[in-house]
Amino acid sequence: MADLSVNICGIESPNPFWLASAPPTNTGAQIVRAFDAGWGGAVWKTLGDPIENVYSRYSSVDMNGQRMMGFSNIELITDRSLEINLIEIAEVKRRYPENVVVVSLMVDSNPDAWDTIIKQVEQAGADAIELNFGCPHGMSERGMGSAVGQVPEYTCDITGWAKESATVPVFVKLTPNITDIRVAARAAKTGGADAVSLINTINSITGVDLDSFTPRPVVGRMSSHGGYSGPAVKPIGLNMVASIAADPFTEGLPISGIGGIATWQDVAEYILLGATTIQVCTAVMHYGYRIVEGMAEGLSNYLDSKGMASVNELRGLSVNKVVDWQDLDVNYIVKAEIDQDKCIHCGLCYIACYDGAHQAIGVEYKDDETKVWIIDDLCVGCNLCSLVCPVQGCIEMVERDHGQTHMSWNDYLSDEKPGELYPRPKHGLTIGPT
Amino acid sequence: MNRMTAAAAAQGGLAPPPTMNHDEALIEAHRCLMCWDAPCTRACPTTIDVPGFIKQIANHDLIGSARTILESNILGASCARVCPTEVLCEGACVLNGLHERPIDIGRLQAFATDDVVFGDGDLFTLFTVGERTRHNVGVVGAGPAGLSCGAELAKLGHSVVLYDANDQPGGLNTYGVATYKMDQATALREVEFVTGLGVEIRSGTAVGRDVDVGELFSSHEAIFLGVGLGSVPLLGLEGEELDGVADALDFIADVRGGGVDLTGESVAVIGGGNTAIDAVTQAARVGAERVYLVYRRGRDEMKAYPHDIERALMSGVEFIHWSAPASIEGEGSVSALVCYRTDHSTDGVLVAIPESEYRLPVTMVLRATGQAKRVSFFDQFDGVATDRGGRVVVDEEFRTGNQMIWAGGDCVNGGKEVVNAVAHGKAAAMSIDRALRSGAAGK
Repeated sequence: MADLSVNICGIESPNPFWLASAPPTNTGAQIVRAFDAGWGGAVWKTLGDPIENVYSRYSSVDMNGQRMMGFSNIELITDRSLEINLIEIAEVKRRYPENVVVVSLMVDSNPDAWDTIIKQVEQAGADAIELNFGCPHGMSERGMGSAVGQVPEYTCDITGWAKESATVPVFVKLTPNITDIRVAARAAKTGGADAVSLINTINSITGVDLDSFTPRPVVGRMSSHGGYSGPAVKPIGLNMVASIAADPFTEGLPISGIGGIATWQDVAEYILLGATTIQVCTAVMHYGYRIVEGMAEGLSNYLDSKGMASVNELRGLSVNKVVDWQDLDVNYIVKAEIDQDKCIHCGLCYIACYDGAHQAIGVEYKDDETKVWIIDDLCVGCNLCSLVCPVQGCIEMVERDHGQTHMSWNDYLSDEKPGELYPRPKHGLTIGPT
Repeated sequence: MNRMTAAAAAQGGLAPPPTMNHDEALIEAHRCLMCWDAPCTRACPTTIDVPGFIKQIANHDLIGSARTILESNILGASCARVCPTEVLCEGACVLNGLHERPIDIGRLQAFATDDVVFGDGDLFTLFTVGERTRHNVGVVGAGPAGLSCGAELAKLGHSVVLYDANDQPGGLNTYGVATYKMDQATALREVEFVTGLGVEIRSGTAVGRDVDVGELFSSHEAIFLGVGLGSVPLLGLEGEELDGVADALDFIADVRGGGVDLTGESVAVIGGGNTAIDAVTQAARVGAERVYLVYRRGRDEMKAYPHDIERALMSGVEFIHWSAPASIEGEGSVSALVCYRTDHSTDGVLVAIPESEYRLPVTMVLRATGQAKRVSFFDQFDGVATDRGGRVVVDEEFRTGNQMIWAGGDCVNGGKEVVNAVAHGKAAAMSIDRALRSGAAGK
């Protein structure tokens, strides 16, 4: 069994699995159940001036019969009094001293408001605080949440105020609703942040009711833009985490990765791209706290299979495998190969390539079957056929050793080209005047 | 629940499997890979765009889905139930190659079409109906071939009259399908759907008996013959006149009429084809004590479909292979079927084994040894020829030798599936339409 414990800016956590600040961390009773299930830490649902929510708050995007591929919410921060939240924080820490309790905070943009609430949650026993600069709905219109996160100066300033008040580490939760996440992360670091958490939810409309014409979620006869989460957003979260991990300015800044995490593979991917802990919300809202069991078991088995004694060995191994496009090897050549014995003759690779890519698959109806084959000279190795093929291992992308030297696009443009560009198949004139 | 288990679960095994509910259909529809040049569509005699209609179900466009099906096959609702999908669309499904259960296409098709076919929607918003022409077509036989031909002609704007000898229209869909595949009420409701397109049906009107051929010719510019096959001929056995000996198709028609109870009876069905397998299964499911299928050859030579054989076995039918009937015993009514054993001779010919006779104590004997061709019926029509097998000779457009007459369905192919008859009727309708519009048909 690999060691799953991690240390993030001085905080020991029994494992990297934390719950994100959200409905699953709304009450002490919930967090107690989560810790019993195996979650290493929890970020308490954002405290501040308690709000009132609207009725109907969530909506989802289903895909081909799968529920909640994407999920949206317009729920605000806690609607419970600060007093009972503080009592519960203290009780949870008393019962679970080994588990991490981070408390998410959001108050008006003045130093006194931050100072007051930070002192109160520290007093209650919080291991760290997380500044909610990410919430994209409701609170942002009141000048909080993403309204702060979208302005680097505000992020920097308020982080600075929090750091002046806090004795525990300060996490800054970043909004993805900006152009370049690195700018926000740099601002947080400049303000003194001990760590960043990302991504918060993405501004979204999940759909429109085609009978009432009201977008979802429906509140009366209206809707509002919500925060998008769930499996659909994972690629966006991974990219943002990776770009902060790779940015020279923020290199080494601990990251708590968030966005579409539901399985141990998701966790491993976030850690490979630089996260130390990860946070989960939507998957728990779908399946409950129990999913952490499979995450812990799966991650541990994976680490064992890689001969790693600790999850810390995994961290960041993929960060420098993300480079700019012009640094990719343009002489790396792969071509698709179809295993005819595995082919079930669905024709999907053919039509995908023919209409959607590069017309490099041949087709013939023969002996009662749709037969397909790769037209090697035309194949550009794009992967599409292997992506649409429903049969595991039927279409493989196979590397071609053609003797050309490794060469990036930058190399190719330079005066001292290391070699020749391997020739690409190109379509000539495809239509013209007759 | 697949067709088999759904059927078994249906009350008494007599009712067809339940139709899918919406969630069930959605889950199943989402399993479809949406093959390109899909093998299911290629396997369908009416070339229904199967992935297309399934995608429409998945995308909550049931009207579009029904239209996709019914444009290709106007009897899509009954074909969804009576087609041997196991050897057609579902048999061709690529998921079989993934060692997965194929898409339940038959039941999805029923789900997509039921609301439209059995509802009271406006069919003329469902289909584009051509401008009314002054052409008038007579269709003989209101079975699947005739209904298909008539419906397509009506959609093209022509006036159509269907003549049918039976009391009720629908042909084998009404009288000859096993109840556990489709009940009679469903078949009749589908006929109503076709009449809703403007087709007139004259039931109880046999050509040559109630209306003569000359009248047919004077009333119509073109004729389509979709008269199917005749009854199962007598076997020429001693005792065949006894009570309890019957044509298996008549037995199935009786069961469809309702109220048949064979409790305490023992039944022998002679034959190895689709009618035989339906008759034994049906007999077992209306309470017969023992049901025997008596067939002169082995299992591999049976023409019945494997899935139907499996259903018969699951219904408790006992298969007696390599046996043929010698005579029927009884006083007034049947008490036994006397059989003899058969075998292949060394040169492959079926021979009787000498002194192998044995008695099978039964109270009913049903003939399912193949329907007779209605060769003499076609003598009424000048230029309509039959081949040596008794099938009406047609060209690729289903035209007979008489330029006013087309034919299709069982009387042309010798007895196949409903879906084949539908395909014939539709193709003939297109040909008739072309002929009428070009002036090539008619007087």
